[in-house]
Amino acid sequence: MQDLLNLFVKSIFIDNMVFAYFLGMCSYIAVSKTVKTSVGLGIAVTFVLFITVPVDFLLNKYVLSPGALSWLSPSLKDLDLSFLSFIMFIAVIASIVQLVEMIVEKFTPALYNSLGIFLPLIAVNCAILGGSLFMQEHELETLGEATVFGLGSGIGWFLAIIVIAAIRERIRYSNVPAPLRGVGITFILTGLLGIAFMSFMGIKL
Amino acid sequence: MSQEKTTREPLFSAKNMELLRKPLNLDNPITVQVLGICSALAVTVKLEPAIVMSISVMMVTAFSNLIISLLRNTIPSRIRIIVQLVVIATLVILVDQLLKAFAYDVSKQLSVFVGLIITNCIIMGRLEAFAMGNKPWPSFMDGIGNGLGYGIILVIIAFLRELFGSGTVTFPVIGELRIIPQSFYAMGYENNGMMILPPMALITVGLIIWIQRSRNRELIEEKK
Repeated sequence: MQDLLNLFVKSIFIDNMVFAYFLGMCSYIAVSKTVKTSVGLGIAVTFVLFITVPVDFLLNKYVLSPGALSWLSPSLKDLDLSFLSFIMFIAVIASIVQLVEMIVEKFTPALYNSLGIFLPLIAVNCAILGGSLFMQEHELETLGEATVFGLGSGIGWFLAIIVIAAIRERIRYSNVPAPLRGVGITFILTGLLGIAFMSFMGIKL
Repeated sequence: MSQEKTTREPLFSAKNMELLRKPLNLDNPITVQVLGICSALAVTVKLEPAIVMSISVMMVTAFSNLIISLLRNTIPSRIRIIVQLVVIATLVILVDQLLKAFAYDVSKQLSVFVGLIITNCIIMGRLEAFAMGNKPWPSFMDGIGNGLGYGIILVIIAFLRELFGSGTVTFPVIGELRIIPQSFYAMGYENNGMMILPPMALITVGLIIWIQRSRNRELIEEKK
């Protein structure tokens, strides 16, 4: 239990998707103009990461990693399908995003309307594929760990985009040098926020 | 969409060279279009992985543009994202396997970021914006151009970060060169450890944007 809690805190603050690995930066910069839209995208990303990481974990454990297919028949224990993981992961992500979109549309139209165009775009958000690839890279061991890692990474991304959106709403009233306006100052702000987030690195979990 | 089929253009006509040149500065994928930052910054601690990454991205962009452009009239628009993803993912798997076979150390350093080329927004962005509506050869040139534009920024960032962070410059094949001489350290010069940390990559991009936009005033964003 404590391990899971550690992993959760670690994936939110220490291994933050945006500040430590720069994942999902495209939509992070493009969408963070107002807090309202960022909340929508943040929720959608958290939701999709929470679902895709455990599913990709099962896929990795029972189909893709070396010898994983031995549950089908012992003769397959030398088979290594890990070179297929990129294409399998992205296929799973694209179809789950499609599925989530349909379910959300059917059962909670209010949430669907507030997420709007962001849901389909999430399929090509690097944070989602990054979550699955890091799950594979870190060799997480149980389904619980994978779920917690997915949820934590999602919440970390959510926090990051809300912080930068709030700052960008305020910075509109300040006198930024003209060539830095817009994208430039956002990069520098993200860098400064990243320095602040680095203070979490000292925490030993 | 372009229907000028009357005369055959030469392969390196002015228009095609423009496709190659524009992404280097005025239409740069990273600093102007703001695409593909996702996997760009994490590989810029040293110069060598940055160069390898740029070449990989350039290859994937060019060939996915070419393939999608050849298929553009047969892809139903409803499922085009999936088709594009499959083409990109296949090319990325090829790149990944090639790197693992011929440059294993670099491929270890790049870790998940090779896989993340799949969701690199530059590639999807160029497919949607260019390859779906243009002939194969211009699309190929556009892919190479955008790959170069991406690479040039990556190389600048990596060069600065490695030079000030570790005092060295690492090229593929040649290996590590020490630029800042030992005598500087003897006089009390210290490497700036901050440059190796992730946030400095972002700040470096910010500064590059600042310099670029001061030189090209038309890129400055309107004040709202």
